[in-house]
Amino acid sequence: MQPVTRIHSRTAVMADENIDTDRIIPARFLTTTTRTGLGKLCFNDWRYLPDGSDNPAFPLNQPEAKGCAIVVAGRNFGCGSSREHAPWALLDYGIQAVLCSEIADIFRNNALKNGLLAIVVSAAEHEWLLANPGIELSIDVQGQYIALPDGGRISFVLEPFARHCLLNGVDQLGYLLQNEKLIAHYEEQEQAA
Amino acid sequence: MSAKTLFEKIWDAHVVAPETADTPAIIYIDLHLVHEVTSPQAFDELRSRGLKLRRTDRTLATLDHSTPTLPAGPDGERPYANAEAKAQVAQLEENCREFGVELHGWDSSERGIVHVIGPELGATQPGNTIVCGDSHTSTHGAFGALAFGIGTTEVGHVMATQCLLQRKPKTLAIHVDGELPKGVGAKDLILHIIGHIGVDGGTGHVIEYRGAAIEKLSMEERMTVCNMSIEAGARAGLIAPDETTFAWLKGRPRVPQGEAWDRAVAHWRTLKTDDGAQYDREVRIDAGTIKPTVTYGTHPGMAIAMDAPVPAARNAVEQRALDYMQSRAGQPMQGSKVDVVFVGSCTNSRLSDLREAAGVLRGRRVADGVRMLVVPGSEAVRRDAEAEGLHEVFRAAGAEWRIPGCSMCIAMNGDLAQPGQLVVSTSNRNFEGRQGKGARTVLASPATAAASAVAGAIADPREYMTEVAA
Ligand code: SF4
Repeated sequence: MQPVTRIHSRTAVMADENIDTDRIIPARFLTTTTRTGLGKLCFNDWRYLPDGSDNPAFPLNQPEAKGCAIVVAGRNFGCGSSREHAPWALLDYGIQAVLCSEIADIFRNNALKNGLLAIVVSAAEHEWLLANPGIELSIDVQGQYIALPDGGRISFVLEPFARHCLLNGVDQLGYLLQNEKLIAHYEEQEQAA
Repeated sequence: MSAKTLFEKIWDAHVVAPETADTPAIIYIDLHLVHEVTSPQAFDELRSRGLKLRRTDRTLATLDHSTPTLPAGPDGERPYANAEAKAQVAQLEENCREFGVELHGWDSSERGIVHVIGPELGATQPGNTIVCGDSHTSTHGAFGALAFGIGTTEVGHVMATQCLLQRKPKTLAIHVDGELPKGVGAKDLILHIIGHIGVDGGTGHVIEYRGAAIEKLSMEERMTVCNMSIEAGARAGLIAPDETTFAWLKGRPRVPQGEAWDRAVAHWRTLKTDDGAQYDREVRIDAGTIKPTVTYGTHPGMAIAMDAPVPAARNAVEQRALDYMQSRAGQPMQGSKVDVVFVGSCTNSRLSDLREAAGVLRGRRVADGVRMLVVPGSEAVRRDAEAEGLHEVFRAAGAEWRIPGCSMCIAMNGDLAQPGQLVVSTSNRNFEGRQGKGARTVLASPATAAASAVAGAIADPREYMTEVAA
C-alpha cells in the first residue's frame, strides 16, 4: 500500500443513510477474480439510467461533484456485506475519503486496509458537512484533523495501528508474519492442551 | 477470577498477542471457511509473496455463490450465468488444488452454502473462532462460536498466518423473555429485533442472544437468529452452547469422538456467561408480543408485523425506500400482491425451513402468476428433504425445486427477479436491487413465504397451519 498522509479535495455529499455495499457495487459484478477495474461499475444501478446514460439524480453525477475525492455520506455508510470490492470500486472511481457520523464495521476495516480513509466525525460536524457540500477540505492523517476553509478544524480519531499503516504504507500481513514465533508458540500450547 | 461473558471467554482463549494502545490484538482463528467470490485475490496475494497456506487442516472451501441451481445439461455443461462466474468457480478449484485446501466442489456430496455446511460437518464447534469472507459468518455463533465476516485482505491474512488483527469489540446482550406465540418463528423474532434496535443498533458490538425464548429454540432456529446479527450492524451474534447444541453436534464428521467428545462437552459447558458478568449494553425483548413479521422498506431494519400499518416516512430517504417498494404508509404489508417467492439462503434453507414451507404447501397450489423457487442449503439438506418427499410437495404445488446454492439471496448466479417484481424471500437482505435490478424484496419466514405463494399476496401463515398436521 502507498502511504496516505493528506487528502485535499472539495466534498461531494451523498446524504442517503444506510448506503449499503450492494448499492456501492451490485453483487452481479462480484464474479471478478481481480481487484482492478471496478470503478466503472461503482454505484452502477444508481449512477446510470436503464439506457446506460448518466442518471441526473445520482449525487456524484452532479457537475459540482466531478473530481471530488471526499464524499460526505449519510449515516451508516457501507452497511451490508463484507465484500472488499466496495472500497476497491470506490478507490478506482476516484474517491479517497468517506466522512460520516457512523460507518459500518467491516466496510471501515476493509477501506482503511486499502488506503481509503473512512473517517467518523461527530453527529453535529456530520450535519454541518452534509449541509455544506462542495467545500474544500484537507484531511491530515498525521494530525488527525480535517482543515476547513475558514481555518477551523474537525478532529477525528483513527485506530492507531491503522493510522500507522496508512502513514507509512505498512502492509499488515507483513506485520503479522513478523509475529510468526508467537503464532507458532500459541499453536504448540494449543496442541498440548 | 472475575465473571466473564461467553464472548470474553472465547476471546481470551484466542489471544496470541494482547492488544496495546498502538496495536490491535493478534487473534488465532480455529476455522477459516472459503468460497469462490471473496477468495481469488487472497490466493493471488499468497502466490505473489511466495507464501503457503498455513493451516490447510483448519481451512474448508465450498462453491455456493456463483453456482447455477439448475442441473448440468446432457452435455455435462452447467448453466452458469456467464463466463466470469464459470471462471471464478474454476479458479477456486484450481486454488484449492494448488494450496491443498479441502474443497466441497461439484463432486462432493456435502457441497452447499458455506454457513450451512460448516455446522453440518461439525466443523463449527462451541468456543471456536470462525471467519469467512462473508458477513453472514455470524450464523455459526448459534453454536457458541465467535464467528464473523472479514474482507478479502483479511482472508489473505488468515490464509498466511491463521491469525487476524482485531480490536476487542463491545458486548450487547439481547434478552428475549417469554415464549414465541404459536406460528411465530425465529425469522419473525430476528426481524422484530432488528426492527427494534435498528440496522446500526449492533455496530461495534458482539451480540449475545439469551433468555427463555432463546433457550427454547432449536439449533436451526438459533442459526436463523445469529445469521442476521450483521443486519443489525453486529459482526457476530452468539448463543451459549447447551444440551440442544451438544445433541445436534454429536456424531457429526468433524467433531471429536468417544472420550475426546466427553472432554469437549465438559469444556463447552464452561463457556456460558458467568453470573454477574457485565455487558456494555443490554436490550430486552418480549417474545410473546411478536407476530409474523416482514420488511416494508429497503433495509432489514424496516420490519414490522405484517398486519400493522406501514409507518410514515420520517425523511426523504425513507420516503424513497417506500416509493421503491411501492409500500404505502398507513397500509399493512399483508395483502400486497406477490410475483416471486424464494425459499432458501443461509438464513432459511435447512431441513426444518423446508418442512415449514412444505407444511403450508401440502395439498395446495402456488397461485397463478406466482413463481416459487425452493433452493436447499446443501446437498445434505437436499438428500434429507427428498428422502421425506418434500420435493414432491413443492413440485406438486407448482414450485421449482433446485440444487443447492445461494441463488436468489444474492442473485449473482442468474436466479433473479425482474424490475418491479415483488419477491417474498426467506433470505436476509432487502437492499435495493439485491435480488435483481429494480426487484422489490420482502423478507419473511419460510411459513410466510409459502402462505404468500398460495395466496398470491402476503399472507399470515397461521391461517394455513391449523389444518395441517406437523
Ligand atoms: S445465502 Fe446469501 S447471505 Fe448466505 S452466504 Fe449465500 S449470498 Fe451470503
